[in-house]
Amino acid sequence: MTESSIEEVPRQSEASGDVEVVDVSMRFGGVPALSHVSISIRQGEVHALVGENGAGKSTLGKIISGVYSPDAGEVRINGKAVNFRSPRDAMDQGIVTIAQELAIVPFLSVAENVFLGAEPRRWGFVRRRLMRQRYVDLSEQVGFRLPASQLAGSLAIADQQKLEILRALSREASTIIMDEPSAALSMHEVVALHEVIRSLAASGKTVILISHFLSEVLDLADTVTVLRDGRVVRTASASEETESSLIEGMLGRSLGQAFPDKRSANPDSSVVLEVEDLHAPGVNGVSLTVRRGEIVGIAGLVGSGRTEFARALYGASPVTSGRITLEGADVTHHRPHQSLREGLTMIPESRKDQGLFMGRPISENVSVARLGLVSRFGVVSPGTERRRVASALDEVRVKMASVRTPVRSLSGGNQQKVLLARTGLCEPRLLIADEPTRGVDVGSKRTIYDVLVEQAAAGLGIIVISSELEEVLGLAHRVIVMRDGQFVAELSGDEMTQEAVLHAAFAESTTAAS
Amino acid sequence: MTEASGISLDPKEANASSFSWRRFGGLWRTAGILIPFLILFISLALSNSEFLTRQNLVVNVLYLQTPVLIIAAAGTLVLIAGGLDLSVAATFVLASDIAAQVALHTNPVWAILLAVLCGALVGLVNGVVVAYLRINALIATLAMSFVVSGIAEVTTNNTFYSLFDRPSLGKFATTIFLGAQSAIWIALIVILLLGLALWRTTFGRYVFAAGGNAEAARLAGVRVSRIRIATYVLSGMAAALAGVISLAQTLTTTPYSNESALAFTVLAGIVVGGTSILGGEGSVTRTVIGVLFIALIQNGFDLLQFNSFLIPLVTGVILIIAVASDVWLRQRRR
Repeated sequence: MTESSIEEVPRQSEASGDVEVVDVSMRFGGVPALSHVSISIRQGEVHALVGENGAGKSTLGKIISGVYSPDAGEVRINGKAVNFRSPRDAMDQGIVTIAQELAIVPFLSVAENVFLGAEPRRWGFVRRRLMRQRYVDLSEQVGFRLPASQLAGSLAIADQQKLEILRALSREASTIIMDEPSAALSMHEVVALHEVIRSLAASGKTVILISHFLSEVLDLADTVTVLRDGRVVRTASASEETESSLIEGMLGRSLGQAFPDKRSANPDSSVVLEVEDLHAPGVNGVSLTVRRGEIVGIAGLVGSGRTEFARALYGASPVTSGRITLEGADVTHHRPHQSLREGLTMIPESRKDQGLFMGRPISENVSVARLGLVSRFGVVSPGTERRRVASALDEVRVKMASVRTPVRSLSGGNQQKVLLARTGLCEPRLLIADEPTRGVDVGSKRTIYDVLVEQAAAGLGIIVISSELEEVLGLAHRVIVMRDGQFVAELSGDEMTQEAVLHAAFAESTTAAS
Repeated sequence: MTEASGISLDPKEANASSFSWRRFGGLWRTAGILIPFLILFISLALSNSEFLTRQNLVVNVLYLQTPVLIIAAAGTLVLIAGGLDLSVAATFVLASDIAAQVALHTNPVWAILLAVLCGALVGLVNGVVVAYLRINALIATLAMSFVVSGIAEVTTNNTFYSLFDRPSLGKFATTIFLGAQSAIWIALIVILLLGLALWRTTFGRYVFAAGGNAEAARLAGVRVSRIRIATYVLSGMAAALAGVISLAQTLTTTPYSNESALAFTVLAGIVVGGTSILGGEGSVTRTVIGVLFIALIQNGFDLLQFNSFLIPLVTGVILIIAVASDVWLRQRRR
């Protein structure tokens, strides 16, 4: 675990002070992203911005950090208006952003990355020993243990984030904006990150946290600003808010339950999937039975083998030993195209990299896995395609203005539903959903859950892999915990609690967890 | 799709019901080459009285471009699927050599069939090397071009063949039909077939998928390797067909050194037409416009008697503009 003890170091430049956003508005090509937004952020507080996708939180963060210039209104620091024309100007005032896409040069070392662009120099030459010394001093102050000469590209994402934080601090940042910092982290890396944020705040730095993890926000923030449709709904002290009050603010209505009622699985329903002692890359002997109508959740730390298991099941990676049967038929060595034919379907972890064809129309994205349904003798029939795609999309509760627009133009939630529609066309008997709501806004999450529960009730067997504990526990009939490529615990009924899952996921392992 | 007499927009864009920025990409790409083409065409028509004659347009330009058009049409598929075929010139020469030798002894139909078969084989080897051995397409097809041109040299013993004594093969390309030579009709059929395949068949969908996002395609059940191999086979067959047509047009074989730039000429036509080298999108229609655009530039230089040394320079500049706009369009989307 990281030691978090950032001591105050007397700095030459003064802290940037209170940040105020005054009556700021911004449009993008006719669409208002922010309208008359005014917020006060006190020096040294942790201020969170929450809102649905498109509510304007990222835009606001970018205005504060100098990436955008507002169309109207101004940003004030310590009462004085500032005009940031580029992130450089903001950095001179001590405002730094740590974005979701980390700006790391993979082939340079950690120390070189931290001092990138600001290396100590003499006559054009970099003074390496001095740089190394400064790095050691800095990292001791901050309490991170990253080896100075390790290649930055080989670090885990959580450590890369720490690198960025170090870089920000080395530039004497006093206000740090973090945009969705937990999105790519595993459970215990998130805990470590929270410690870091707390100590940054304790040492007087201002942290502006943009996050859609409401529990994280309530845990860390002093003040929360809720945005909706580009306007401020309210700014309040975090202690006065709860998750439901935040959701209500974000959506303008109450969500009701986060998860649909769990319909109890019929214990007598037939077995749809049987896995016996499966061995594959990242999978070290796994056995599993899934019945029709059952939702099985798989939880575990990043690197525990969950996605590897999914890929081996689906046929995306080769099985070295063991057996997989789907309703009796042996599908052990099936490749994806064969699995699909049998109704063994999967929604991959990253819809952008592994699922969708961003530039292609929605209809093509839906029909690609079963073109036989919409074509004859190899020629696609557009009318049939349109009808089939429309009904598939209907079943996953999505309505599109036109299925000819590129799928890139859809929100994350709708993109996931496109993938669900695609698997729906394949007459699925088993669905593997790997992180089904990653990067999806609150409103769409619920619809995806509804669809999954509905399909299970209709007889589909579902395996849900998720890093969000609440999601796994909320959806599944039973939860399996994975570690080091094996199943280490199976929880059902009353046993299914967050503590039990974490305990099983963390319990002594021979190899260090990430 | 392409009509016999003119050029039409990619139907997908033409059917767009709403004019939104997101659809701009496709429309811009088509307009991006069509508008300059029309401007060039009209300017040339206005500045030189010989331009709009059948003699010039059909006999000089179109007829001579048929081999390039055929190779470029197939090359478009290769590019969309995420590959690259630099061996087309070598296959072109090999096919023409083989066809010549066969035609000197038997019925020219055998010459055509055998040559195209050889082209398919070259394509198959290319495809297997790229898809299964996972060797970078640029290097693999470049190496292949050395191998194939070497084979061509060996089998012909480095001599030329002339078919003046048995010129019946010539009829394959020169027979006039409805006002245009048969070579032009053959090219048209090839373009139509490949274009329709891309636009309306499952194969075409898989080609776009394989090039647009190979990993997603695999997970969606597309046999990416097979699709890629198929595109290389088509490319090889097209190169061979082009070689045979060229042989039929001139009744002599040419050495590889004369044709070695063919692959790049073809690539230039494809890229100027708006197809991206990075794969995942493209259109045979646009390739045709791109190839003809470059051909018209050369034709214009001839007719207006500009210094022909400037042709490569102008072509190069246009190529840079074409690639830069592709990059710009991709950025715009983000």
